[in-house]
Amino acid sequence: MAMISELQAPPRDRLSRARTLHWALVGLLAVCSLASLQVGATDITLTTLLGKLATGETLGRMERVVLLDIRLPRLALGALVGAALAVSGAAMQGLFRNPLADPGIVGVGAGAGLGAILAIVLGALLPAWAVGTVGNQLVPVAAFLGGWGSTILLYRVSTRGGRTSVATMLLAGIALGALAGALSGILVYIADDTQLRDLTFWGLGSLAGASWAKVLAAGPLIALSLGAALMLGRGLNGLALGEATAAHIGIDVQRMKNIAILAVAGATGAAVAVSGGIGFIGIVVPHLLRLASGPDHRALLLNSALLGASLLILADVIARVVIAPAELPIGIVTAVLGAPVFLWILLRRRGLVDT
Amino acid sequence: MSLHATGIRVRYGHRDALRGVTLHARAGEVMAIVGPNGSGKSTLLGAITGTVPHEGRVMLNGRDVIGQKPWALAAQRAVLPQTSQLAFPFSVIEIVRMGLQSGTAGDRPGVALHALRRVGLDGYADRPFQDLSGGEAQRVMLARVLAQVWAPVAHGQPRWLLLDEPVASLDIAHQLQVMQIARDFADAGGGVIAVMHDLNLSALFADRIAVLADGQCIATGTPREVLTDAMLSRAYGCTLRVSALPTADVPFILPHAATA
Repeated sequence: MAMISELQAPPRDRLSRARTLHWALVGLLAVCSLASLQVGATDITLTTLLGKLATGETLGRMERVVLLDIRLPRLALGALVGAALAVSGAAMQGLFRNPLADPGIVGVGAGAGLGAILAIVLGALLPAWAVGTVGNQLVPVAAFLGGWGSTILLYRVSTRGGRTSVATMLLAGIALGALAGALSGILVYIADDTQLRDLTFWGLGSLAGASWAKVLAAGPLIALSLGAALMLGRGLNGLALGEATAAHIGIDVQRMKNIAILAVAGATGAAVAVSGGIGFIGIVVPHLLRLASGPDHRALLLNSALLGASLLILADVIARVVIAPAELPIGIVTAVLGAPVFLWILLRRRGLVDT
Repeated sequence: MSLHATGIRVRYGHRDALRGVTLHARAGEVMAIVGPNGSGKSTLLGAITGTVPHEGRVMLNGRDVIGQKPWALAAQRAVLPQTSQLAFPFSVIEIVRMGLQSGTAGDRPGVALHALRRVGLDGYADRPFQDLSGGEAQRVMLARVLAQVWAPVAHGQPRWLLLDEPVASLDIAHQLQVMQIARDFADAGGGVIAVMHDLNLSALFADRIAVLADGQCIATGTPREVLTDAMLSRAYGCTLRVSALPTADVPFILPHAATA
């Protein structure tokens, strides 16, 4: 074994480059966060803020409310949702061994959508005591339960003899999505105009309803799910070689699938519940990172969390600015920015294949 | 120390792919599994490695593989699949390193590069795997397998290379190179089981050969014992003529035209 010291590992492989990227992305997240705290209907700039703090002057009541009760929870919620969607996307792409998979692939999106529509359209029919316990959070709670319910149903359908077939899960997800869509259609048909408007805006996604209550409700679940997902790096790498080979190199494949599905259902379910339907973060973020620093999931998952949080915060800033003092739904911003990036990635890939 | 598979039975639907096969491979030996297409060679290897649901018992170094954790098994045996697949654009060195894990011999720095050198792919470390030719890809996968069980003996226990058609997509020079790697691994105290199509390579490099036909093991023994006109004609259902290499005491098989 004396030979082993002769050869050195390449001085800077892609994994260490990807790990250096962690720090750059932390910087980006800090910049986006500062921008998010400053931008909005009320003009509070960083310089005036720092100036006041430096001279010992106390913040005005209005400034305090805007910063601490409006912008800070919104920033926190944006970071949580962005990280949840991007990490879920990376984990699902790894699990399904397909770069086009997105967090909704385990049925969370369809189920959450149905839950939200049920709450919006039929919520008024609930007895007062039932509504009282969840208060005005009926829609998020229903969306979360819908997302979990459909994921568990999909998991049960595609698990036989202790083995989960991801191919079956994909197909069952399509069927379940169609069913949820049909049920939603019936509800849309019987909805009144106000409900239709609520439905539409829920589907487009927004952080406008951000509050500390929502951060505290979604935060722990998202944090726990992301913590679990971040440990899947080596397993997802092995899975790129196929399930059999992953098992042969020592990965407990079924355990990894269970963790990945639970983590994605938890993170995406909580994110969708508090922010509605926000697209493209889950697909585009892992893609961009693979182009930048390679597909190694040991770095990709954490980088996805950081870039996902940064981009969603940035998209929220744009949503607040473009038609100020009104706001665009954030799902429109992520789609307008994300879809062209996605198309560009596809064209670039094709170019690589054809030439 | 040995790898002992007893009474392996595999059913695909209503068809019996394996009907109670027993295989006993010893450390320090290369064992070749030969037989016609569909005779159950790869299924047998799949049952031994745990990817094919089966009845029967597989003992690895004296312990039942059932109940052992995936990482514990991975520290004792590495498996080369017949075809390789890859989902994301990993580089060659990233793939070879995938088999490495803490706690097994493979985690020493440089093992992956040594494994690449062993299969003759010096300088391929940073190439995208997807740009490789079929033969190069197969050798990268062999390097990954070698890195996983780099020391043929660890903690006094032999380790195992389980190879499913390791030379299928290789030219003649690389076929010899790969078989020599298997031979060296066994000579250093490890065990090798290889599913083979090439009877002559099997005769050259294997200590013992198991012949499968129609889901059953119809013969096990040294190449000279097993590779006979009668046995091969029975297994493959065609006329084969066994002679001997002029320079060595190794059987040499020539096919005859069906009408001859």
